[in-house]
Parts: sequence; structure tokens; C-alpha cells
Amino acid sequence: MHYTFDFGWLLEYWPVLLKGIGITVELTLVGGVLGVSLGVACAWARALGPGWLRPIVTAYVEMIRNTPFLIQLFFIFFGLPALGIRMNELEAANLAMVINLGAYGCEIIRAGIQATPKGQFEAGASLGMSRIQTFWHVILIPALQRIWPALSSQIVIVMLGSAAVSQIAAEDLTFAANFIQSRTFRAFEAYFVTTLIYLALAVLLRQLLRGVGWTIFPRRGAASRAR
Amino acid sequence: MSDFTTWDILRNLLLAARWTVVLSVVSFVGGAIVGALLLFMRIGKGRAGPAFVKAYVEIFQGTPLLMQLFLAFFGLGLFGIDVPAWLAAGVALILWSAAFLTEIWRGCVEAIARGQWEASSSLGMGYVQQMRYVILPQALRIAVPPTVGFSVQVVKGTALTSIIGFVELSKAGTIVTNATFEPFKVYGIVALIYFCLCWPLSKSSQILERKLNVAHRNH
Repeated sequence: MHYTFDFGWLLEYWPVLLKGIGITVELTLVGGVLGVSLGVACAWARALGPGWLRPIVTAYVEMIRNTPFLIQLFFIFFGLPALGIRMNELEAANLAMVINLGAYGCEIIRAGIQATPKGQFEAGASLGMSRIQTFWHVILIPALQRIWPALSSQIVIVMLGSAAVSQIAAEDLTFAANFIQSRTFRAFEAYFVTTLIYLALAVLLRQLLRGVGWTIFPRRGAASRAR
Repeated sequence: MSDFTTWDILRNLLLAARWTVVLSVVSFVGGAIVGALLLFMRIGKGRAGPAFVKAYVEIFQGTPLLMQLFLAFFGLGLFGIDVPAWLAAGVALILWSAAFLTEIWRGCVEAIARGQWEASSSLGMGYVQQMRYVILPQALRIAVPPTVGFSVQVVKGTALTSIIGFVELSKAGTIVTNATFEPFKVYGIVALIYFCLCWPLSKSSQILERKLNVAHRNH
């Protein structure tokens, strides 16, 4: 192996990497918040919603879960303009991530909702809570708390999957790496540094989500810690 | 410019889908072999083995598959070999699958009650015997549904190999789109083919899980 590693380009190109990190973080935040919201809505529809809505949501979930993210992205960015739906690469990337996380989130959250004992619904009703109040306080929040670890890993997976959005020229971290390697011809080093950044982002995101879990579910969290 | 019928498009995509299938099978089988080796290191005695596997899993689950593909592609090139895309794709996908499979299977082995280990060792069984006759037969049963479920991730993961230039279903989709200028139709068909590959796997994983739960309730 006669190869000398050279990381000198970092001095010149770190702003490019920084900008890429910014876009990846932004995509993850938007995708995470909207994706989980969509997941909650779909989980409600599948578990408790009206009969006509269930097959539609099931079809959406199965379609997304059984096709690659890259193809979903290409379909949204290249395919949808044929129907007159045009968007720029960042909007397409965001939409793809929301739709993707929405489908996986739906399955995870639904599992949490279905694990709720039936008596809880009745208990909520007997306390004079409205259907919406019962859903929110009695069903959704405990369900989310139950499945929060699984949902967190799914959000991390979606963040890592966002590397593919560079393929529709959304200028995320992977796009930055591609740009740098095309300028410096230091492909291995560029991707190596980028991989380390992704690893750091994944670790940070996991910690952040754990923190979010503690703040959203404080009382129950405290109770289980006291036990 | 020549015209392309839907049949032309479908035929070319199906021909390319063969490579998606081949790469998926190779990655899954290879990943299973490497994953099994890692599993024995992870649950074995000693300190270095488990620590190594922990780090391995953390790295492969904490970085994008696309980056792993790039690093395999350019990293193998550092040794002065001209790396074909299929080789880099195969190596990266095998190592990636191994990380997930070993973690899934570790969960299954750890799900076996502690008493089973104690009971078998009180019968005078050694580690290998315990594994062979007591732990693995039970762990394998609960490992089947999530393992089948993970194969869906492998099939979907192969789509990313198009980015390093391996011509499979996704790459073929891009090539055909560039020739026909019908992205809506072509990517729609590509998605449908992926769905036809993945959905039976997802479904059988669900069915297996349900069957297994029935078996568990009888215990």
C-alpha cells in the first residue's frame, strides 16, 4: 500500500463541511418533527380511525416500508413534476424524509397504542374526558413513552438515510464530501472525515432524543427511576 | 430518437432486477456468516471480543450505508487494486448486514432465560454443549421473524449501490429514465418491482411472528 494520507484540505474546505452539516441537521429536525406528527396521525387512523381510512393508511405504510428511500426520493423529485408538482431539491428531500419517517413511525406508534389495555379507554371516558382528551392523555402520551426508544432509533436511521438526498443535489453533508473529493481528489480522506462526522451526529442525536424523552415524559420517567 | 414501449421499459428493469436479487442474496448470506462469527465473539467469554463487536456495531449502525459504500469503494482502491463496483458493494453490504444481524441475534440469545444457562451447567454441560443443545435451538426460533424482516432492509440497501455505479434496479431506472424521459412511469415501475421483492418478505416475517407468539403462549 503506497498511499500517503493527506488531510491538509480540511484547512481550506471546513466551511463546506459545516454548511453540509447545517443542511443535514435541518433536514433531520424538519423530517423528525413532521415525520413523527404524520406517524401519530397515521397510527391514530390505523388503530382507532374510521373504517374507510384504514386501508388507505395501510397501503401508504406498506408502500413506503417496502421500497428504498432513494427511489421514493427520485419519484418525488423527478417523477412528480409530470403531474405538475414541482419543488426544489431541499423541499423534495424534506418531503421524502417526512413521508418515510411517517410510515415507519406509524407502525411503531401503533404498536404502542395497541399495547394500551382496553380498560384505559373506558376509564378515560368514565372520568368524563372527551374522546380527544382521552386519546391525548390516556392513550397517546403513554404509548409514545412506551415506544420512545424504538422511535428514537428510527429517527437516527432516517438521519443516516438522508445521505441519499445528495443524489438529487440537495447540498447536505454527503454532497459536501462529493464536492470536496471532486476538487481535491482526496476521496478516501473526504469520505472518512464525513463518516466520522455522521457518527458524531448519530451519537449526539441519540443523546438529544433521550433528553427529549425525559422532558416530555417527566413524571412517569421519575417514577420508573425511583423504582 | 426511438420510441420505448412500456414493455421495453419493464423488460429492461426486470433484467436489472436480477442483479438486485443476486446482490441481496450474497449480502444477506455473507452478512449472516460474518454476523454469526461476531455473535460468538460478542457473547463469548473474555473482554476484547465483546468490546470489539460493540465498537463494530456502533460504527456500522451509526454511519450511513452510503458512506460505507464510498469508503469500501475508495478504501479498497488504496491497495492499488482496480475495484469493480460489485466488489465494493458486496463487501460494504456484507459488513453492514453483519452488524445488524449480530445485534438482532444477540437480543435473541439474551432473551433466553438465565435459568436455562444455570440448569444446563448444573447438568455438567460445557459452553459448547450448552450452546448446541440448550441455548441456540431456542434462540433460533425467536430469531427467525426479525431475521426475515431484516432481509427487507438488505434488499432496500442494495438500491444505494447504484450510487457507486453498480448497475442494478435503481441504476437501471436512472438509465432508462435518461433514455425515455418518463421518470414518473419508470420510477413508478421501479418502486413496484422493489415492492414485489420486499412485501412477501415483510409479510412472511409478520406471519412467522404471529405463529411464534401462539407457540409461546402454550409454554
